[in-house]
Amino acid sequence: MSDPQPIGPTPASQFVRLAETQREPVPFTLDGRACHGLAGDTILTAVLAHGLVLRHADFSGEARAGFCLMGACQDCWILTAGGQRLRACTTFIAPGMNLRTRRPGDA
Amino acid sequence: MTEKRLVDAAIIGGGIVGSSAALALRGMGLSVMVLERDLCGAHSSGVNYGGVRRQGRPLTQLPLSRRAHGIWGRLRELIGIDGEYLRSGHLKIARSEADLASLEAYRERSAGYGMDLRMIGAGVLRAQYPWLGARAIGGSYCPQDGHANPRLVSPAFARAAARAGADIREHCPADEMEHDGQCFTVSSGTALQVRSRFLLNCAGAWAGTVARRFGEAVPMVSAHPVMAVTEPLDMFMTLSLGVEGGGIYGRQAPRGNCIIGGSRGYAIDACRARPGHEAIAHVLQRSVELLPALRHAHIIRAWSGTEGYLPDREPVIGHSATTPGLVHGFGFAGAGFQIGPAVGEVLAELVRDGTSTTPIAAFAISRFADAAHLPPEGGP
Amino acid sequence: MSVQVPPVIVGAGPAGIRAAQALVGRGLRPVMVDEAPRWGGQIYRQPPAHFQRSKKALYGWESGRADAVHEAMSGVLDRVDYRPDTLVWNAEAGHLDLLHQGRTSTLAYSQLIVASGATDRILPFIGWTKPGVYTLGGAQVALKYQGCAIGSKVVFLGTGPLLYLIAYQYALAGANVAAVLDTATLADQVAAAPALLARPSVLAKGLYYLAWLRAHGVRLQGGVRALRVLGDARTEALVWADARGEHTLACDAVGFGYALRSETQLADLLGCRFRFDDLARAWLPERDVAGRSSVPGIYLAGDGVGIMGADAAEWAGERAALALLSDNGHALDAPGRTRAAALERRLAGAARFRGGLERAFPFPLRWADQAPDELVVCRCEEVTAGDLRRTVSSTGATELNRLKAFCRVGMGRCQGRMCAAAAAEILAHCSGQQPAQVGRLRGQAPVKPIPFMDCAPADSLPREESA
Repeated sequence: MSDPQPIGPTPASQFVRLAETQREPVPFTLDGRACHGLAGDTILTAVLAHGLVLRHADFSGEARAGFCLMGACQDCWILTAGGQRLRACTTFIAPGMNLRTRRPGDA
Repeated sequence: MTEKRLVDAAIIGGGIVGSSAALALRGMGLSVMVLERDLCGAHSSGVNYGGVRRQGRPLTQLPLSRRAHGIWGRLRELIGIDGEYLRSGHLKIARSEADLASLEAYRERSAGYGMDLRMIGAGVLRAQYPWLGARAIGGSYCPQDGHANPRLVSPAFARAAARAGADIREHCPADEMEHDGQCFTVSSGTALQVRSRFLLNCAGAWAGTVARRFGEAVPMVSAHPVMAVTEPLDMFMTLSLGVEGGGIYGRQAPRGNCIIGGSRGYAIDACRARPGHEAIAHVLQRSVELLPALRHAHIIRAWSGTEGYLPDREPVIGHSATTPGLVHGFGFAGAGFQIGPAVGEVLAELVRDGTSTTPIAAFAISRFADAAHLPPEGGP
Repeated sequence: MSVQVPPVIVGAGPAGIRAAQALVGRGLRPVMVDEAPRWGGQIYRQPPAHFQRSKKALYGWESGRADAVHEAMSGVLDRVDYRPDTLVWNAEAGHLDLLHQGRTSTLAYSQLIVASGATDRILPFIGWTKPGVYTLGGAQVALKYQGCAIGSKVVFLGTGPLLYLIAYQYALAGANVAAVLDTATLADQVAAAPALLARPSVLAKGLYYLAWLRAHGVRLQGGVRALRVLGDARTEALVWADARGEHTLACDAVGFGYALRSETQLADLLGCRFRFDDLARAWLPERDVAGRSSVPGIYLAGDGVGIMGADAAEWAGERAALALLSDNGHALDAPGRTRAAALERRLAGAARFRGGLERAFPFPLRWADQAPDELVVCRCEEVTAGDLRRTVSSTGATELNRLKAFCRVGMGRCQGRMCAAAAAEILAHCSGQQPAQVGRLRGQAPVKPIPFMDCAPADSLPREESA
């Protein structure tokens, strides 16, 4: 079976904003890059509106980007630069949050 | 139709003690049946903290513990798996000068038992174990003590015994037991009846029932140590940790989860226990002081089990005082995992030879014979 | 006579809200504890307060019911002790343990209504842990709660009424829905029609969504089996099969699920008796027709005791509250008894409809048989189907907790919420048992991760021996 045809320019982010775009921007840092979300975004939304990854699986190191979005699967715990862990789907993005999708020392 | 069997030795209880006894007896060429009420290694043997530790035991237990240390060194050869066993080293930390003195005294008293204990001062502690909280001012280090995964190790002893030809019966409670002067008869419902010349009482926290059945009740109570576990964390605990004078204790499994113990839960029925909120709160409040790296971690679940405790916190190991052929091995007060495999071998020796090469006089059941007032059984 | 301490309700979804309303109506002041920041549960989840979309835009045909439920809560807000953003992480006789803003506390109760709701039931396929793959419920949360689609070209997959509802909501909101792939067949749905007629308006809505999707050019397929998601670091395509063979569909997001599973951890910790429900293919806490559990003083309502749908959850919540009242010295008057009987009749009708839904969207019974060894079943601990099968064969394990002890399935952060159903299927299949025979994973406190407290010790708890 051959590889699938590319679907055209692949967005560099996962989530697509369809509505509620008229909200105050919320500045935060993601892997050292300055980003912004919108007031009322969860961390998960804010991060996945910018990229594809929240964290890396504990054992395989594979990329993870959440799953249930309702605080059940526990797969969206994201690290802050200070070593805290936040559950991304149930925590709102706040100004100045400094988030990392990788642990220090990982490639 | 009742199944009837005749074996040299019937063993009540398929935890680490009963299963290692079965394995040892098979090595001696004796026929063995194990009657396990639930699943082998599913109770205390399978849900304990996982410490594989000699340091800190009363001197009476050190010969057994040293013997067990040798067995643990051959674990894979014996049971076919490594069970996550690591000789990580065990550090018993001191929080005061008095603690240090106590540890130093123990080190001296236990000098002949090959543990190679080393006192560590504050400076070395900070330098070598920077992840320890500030209240630790020193400690006693045992380089070859360690930890393992009891959920894997204990059932593996039972499987090894089965491979060696032991008849292991799970979901098989020992309901009735009798001795006719020569021979034991143990029944499990109407399905099974086994006769044997020897009966090994390895029924863990429930062994008091067997002892009482043969006229030698012991004042054993049940208690329920609580364990809590974190999500996988970056490895930082390079050894297993205890605290002189009591408190929480912890280890980090190879996958990164930290297991923290040190509080008490309660029974929900005769066989099962759970942590209450005080136990979990205790772990939450105490752990960060000892292990500051946990301040950003979470507890993802907690559990408990059922352990048997005798008043002197020493087990009962040895021949029955009332019934020939009955041999006891129970009451380990939450510290049976490391010495369990040696106890199993000792019980087998008692069956075959009548005596054991390892001193066990301190654990004689007769020490309770004079107890004028026996409190009601804490277990079922 | 009044209750010594206020009754407590866990969950502020439709069941919890109607329970609160009924209790407040008789002069009680219940405590309502809810994990979410705003009331409404999942189906009627409210976005953050300042969001703009109308209820019609958010809930479509359900907007009337959503509004009624939201207003019911607003109407009693001043007469309940409402604790949002609060997790119940432990439940014992007489008290609950709570977590709110990083701090734990204890709440006493003598009468408790547990309305803990549900999450999606998951049967994985290869690649389901990749970025871009979400549950159907999760896809709905992204849209309803955050105004987002889970991707720019979305495939919906699985079975159950939620599959079509979410696809419809996405397409209506302007998302690109590449396909809706149902494991059920047209024959399943036709056979179910008579039972579904127990609730004709619900059936009509379902048919409407189907017709709308077709009319708007959304590809609908039945008799589908999901095979794998392709892509390196993200979802790039879904490979699926039907009677005609394998197909590849380019996409960057997949939402999937196979109906719902009840959140029963608190009922378990409370010692409620469970029984295996064949229709749900799951262990559920026992309840009588009014919602009484096997433990006096504990009542169960809504999807958390058994999947029943939002309307039935409202009825069950109210009925449980009436039972609580009549059990505690607030005897029901004649209208109250009539109301209780009416609620029970409606609940019985909902149960018949439930049977029809299961017939229309059957559980894919061959899933375990077809699951390849390399398929990750437990995404927390990264345990594969092959790991489970090898563990069964090397240890002889036939029970789910034993399997968990040996190979770690269900031992991760989510305590088996996502994997227990699939693990039970695999265990049953490879050990020659029925799912009802393999046992169930037990709730363990804390039921969700709780943070260590960063406070000084030195309290008077007894000193313990170290190990």
